[in-house]
Amino acid sequence: MTIEKTKADGLVDGTADHPVGAPPTISSAPSARFTSAAANYIDERTSISAVVKEFGRKIFPDHWSFMLGEVALYSFVVIILTGTFLTFFFQASMAPVVYDGSFVPLKGVEMSSAMSSTLNISFEIRGGLLVRQIHHWAALLFIASIGLHMLRIYFTGAFRKPRELNWVIGFVLFILALAEGFTGYSLPDDLLSGNGLRIIDGMVKGVPFAGSWLSFLIFGGEFPGEEIVGRLYTLHILLLPAIIVALIALHLVFVVVHKHTQYAGPGKTNDNVIGYPVLPVYAAKAGGFFFIVFGIIALIASFFTINPIWNYGPYDPSPVSAGTQPDWYIGFADGALRLIPPHLESVIWGHTYSWNILIPITVLGLFILTVLIYPFIEGWVTGDKREHHILDRPRNAPTRTAIGAAGVTFYAALWSAASSDILATHFQLSIESVIHAIQAAVIIGPVIAYFVAKRVCLALQKKDREMALHGFESGRIVRLPGGEYIEVHQDVDEYERWKLVSFHEYKPLMIRPNAKGKITAPQRLRAGMSKWFFEDRIAPVTRTDLERQKSHH
Amino acid sequence: MAHDDTSGTDVAAFSSGADGVSNSAGRAVEPSAASGGLAVITSDALADPGVPPHRKRVTDLDPKKARTAQRTVYTLFYLSIAGSIFAVAAYMAFPINADDPGSVRLNTVFLGLGITLALMGIGIGAVHWAKSLMHDEEGVDIRHPVRSSDDTRARAVEIFHEGNVESGIGRRSLIRNSLIGALVAFPLPAVILFRGLGPQNENPAELLSHTMWKAGARLTLDPSGLPIKAADVTIGSAFHIIPEGLNDAHDRLEQKAKAAVLLMRVNPSDLNVSAGRENWNYDGIVAYSKICTHVGCPVALFEQQTHHLLCPCHQSTFDVDNECAVIFGPAKRALPQLPITVDGEGYLIAQSDFLEPVGPSFWERS
Repeated sequence: MTIEKTKADGLVDGTADHPVGAPPTISSAPSARFTSAAANYIDERTSISAVVKEFGRKIFPDHWSFMLGEVALYSFVVIILTGTFLTFFFQASMAPVVYDGSFVPLKGVEMSSAMSSTLNISFEIRGGLLVRQIHHWAALLFIASIGLHMLRIYFTGAFRKPRELNWVIGFVLFILALAEGFTGYSLPDDLLSGNGLRIIDGMVKGVPFAGSWLSFLIFGGEFPGEEIVGRLYTLHILLLPAIIVALIALHLVFVVVHKHTQYAGPGKTNDNVIGYPVLPVYAAKAGGFFFIVFGIIALIASFFTINPIWNYGPYDPSPVSAGTQPDWYIGFADGALRLIPPHLESVIWGHTYSWNILIPITVLGLFILTVLIYPFIEGWVTGDKREHHILDRPRNAPTRTAIGAAGVTFYAALWSAASSDILATHFQLSIESVIHAIQAAVIIGPVIAYFVAKRVCLALQKKDREMALHGFESGRIVRLPGGEYIEVHQDVDEYERWKLVSFHEYKPLMIRPNAKGKITAPQRLRAGMSKWFFEDRIAPVTRTDLERQKSHH
Repeated sequence: MAHDDTSGTDVAAFSSGADGVSNSAGRAVEPSAASGGLAVITSDALADPGVPPHRKRVTDLDPKKARTAQRTVYTLFYLSIAGSIFAVAAYMAFPINADDPGSVRLNTVFLGLGITLALMGIGIGAVHWAKSLMHDEEGVDIRHPVRSSDDTRARAVEIFHEGNVESGIGRRSLIRNSLIGALVAFPLPAVILFRGLGPQNENPAELLSHTMWKAGARLTLDPSGLPIKAADVTIGSAFHIIPEGLNDAHDRLEQKAKAAVLLMRVNPSDLNVSAGRENWNYDGIVAYSKICTHVGCPVALFEQQTHHLLCPCHQSTFDVDNECAVIFGPAKRALPQLPITVDGEGYLIAQSDFLEPVGPSFWERS
């Protein structure tokens, strides 16, 4: 693509205005003649110039937080590259073999072909361990960067119109990334991942009506069977990646259609994008950044072991090691399972209801559903149908930020529960007290986080307002003739002030009867929610405020 | 698709008007119809001061610095080439030697370092080039409403209308409805095909309710399969047990996932035995299913002092003294007990299979 663009670029400079077939008229140097001839050849068959004209100088705004999505994209590319290499050596089969490789402690042990071939990738093939570790570290970075990217989108309000649907696509990508992670983690058929599958099996069996049948469908009979690795492999390397690639493409098409958001700043309006063009600056910066991301993953993979399956051994339903826990991104789900209080299972009319499984699944389901539909909830509350291309600073949307802080705290509490036993042994606490503390944190933590975040936001907004009106404390103490000491406040410049005052203010909904003279329930709900969102608010400084302030001095 | 009519216009050129960008940009995005909802619209807002003046970089002002930057960039690219060559050399220089486990580490580290250098050289070089040497005046694109123009929308509606008229899909309701029905029905065979994922002619609930244990089956050690005598089980000890013959079973892992047992001996006076289970233990030797009743992890951790069994996955805790009742954690049901005794030679044997299904709960369970 880049090569074609570069070639075509010469064409734009030199021959764009010529009718088709006219000889190119740029420099007579042989290389330039070749470039323009090649560009002409391609353009006459593809209309590529139109693409270059459209995208070549497209403007992207600059901010470090916009890199998070890039990190996700690039780590996915790394995953595809390394994963393809691994498929040439991995055998997705659970047929039992006796290991006869060079890892001595497991010599002669019966294991599946999957485990044996993973050991061979690690110990027989030069660079095999490196590629395996790059693949695993890149997968971890993929999910982590998607999570951070989502947090950036959320806290800056980038999900508002017209980007609600792209939030949904991104959310689905996050879920698919988790699925990719889990399926990949299970492929080596080692003891740790086998126990993970055992937990999935136990959860599936807890599903009312169909649980035991579903388990038999998934595992091709009784757990563990000899099917599951092959099936997960198909999901992991074919179905899920295909959907992810398609959705990433769609995600990026929408970025182009909407154009990228930008932070509030002088000269930046809802009607423009200020930044650097794709060619040359972004091609170099983003292209270079891919290599940096890849390089950092390669560096980590060179020095830090990840998923040392040779220490765990092959899967066997009987042994297990103390301190088992899943890869970190599954932790919130595992933590939810750990936190449920004892004895929640009942038998009603001869059928077993596993509430200890159904409740955590339902709570997690509701949590991620809330994340999914949040843009629509906020859009309904504000009733704001305008397009929003200027990002909010988190402080300028205090309730949204507070809800986000509560959600992050909830997730973090569940996540920490997945290490409850490690916490207990490391800090010499009883497992019971750790679990009880985290159970309390799951419920109280989000409430505290909500109120703290909201007050902090409002306080920061007040500080911004002060600063816009009175300037900042210069640190210069002056003694007045009367003996009084004052600190001189220095006005912020107009560019700085603009950053402090350019945000939207909303006010709660005043309920009014509709045409039939009725106040409907949804309207009441919306009024209540808008009051919750916007009752406590700080107005941006207006011209009158500023003039009044100036005239006081 | 978006179309950029001012692609790449420099801010400086763009905001040449006295008031800067905001005024000259017009109201391109917001059609007057879009409502701000609960937004407070004020005519009293401060004015956007426009794009601040461009600040030149040190490389723009000092040709010497620009030359240094240029040197840095091409040095990084050369370093990248060196890294690639180093990686190829490391591949050959640090082969994996089957007798030397350390060779895997050397191979991984040196190959990885070469690749890292190759990648980082390109990456840092390109970014440094962009930041220090490429034109750094920002440009402006104008946004257009995502909403299509009214003309386009009207034409789209018209096209659908024409399609409707020309095909008659709205009018010929029999054709339309039968087509919808056919489209709904045609994926059904594909759904039913997936029934083949599970075994035919097997009843899951039935299979999940039985294990390999049967009357007279010897308790054998996991994984060796050697039988164990009651005399070998001292007070306070615990053994991982599988049924005799399991290692030869064709479905070894599936059977093991149900039949794994933990054998422990405690002082008989510590055991609270309920009615009907008096002869299930042998002089303080008790056997319990090792498969957690929560989601099926092996309950493998025996606390010798407290006689508690702990599941390492979700910390369900079972009290051996009280027939493995749940005393903490998410599980509900006690671990099923395997009734045991000894045979004529003093080896431990099962009296029967478990009397209830082992492992995680399922719908048909009770």
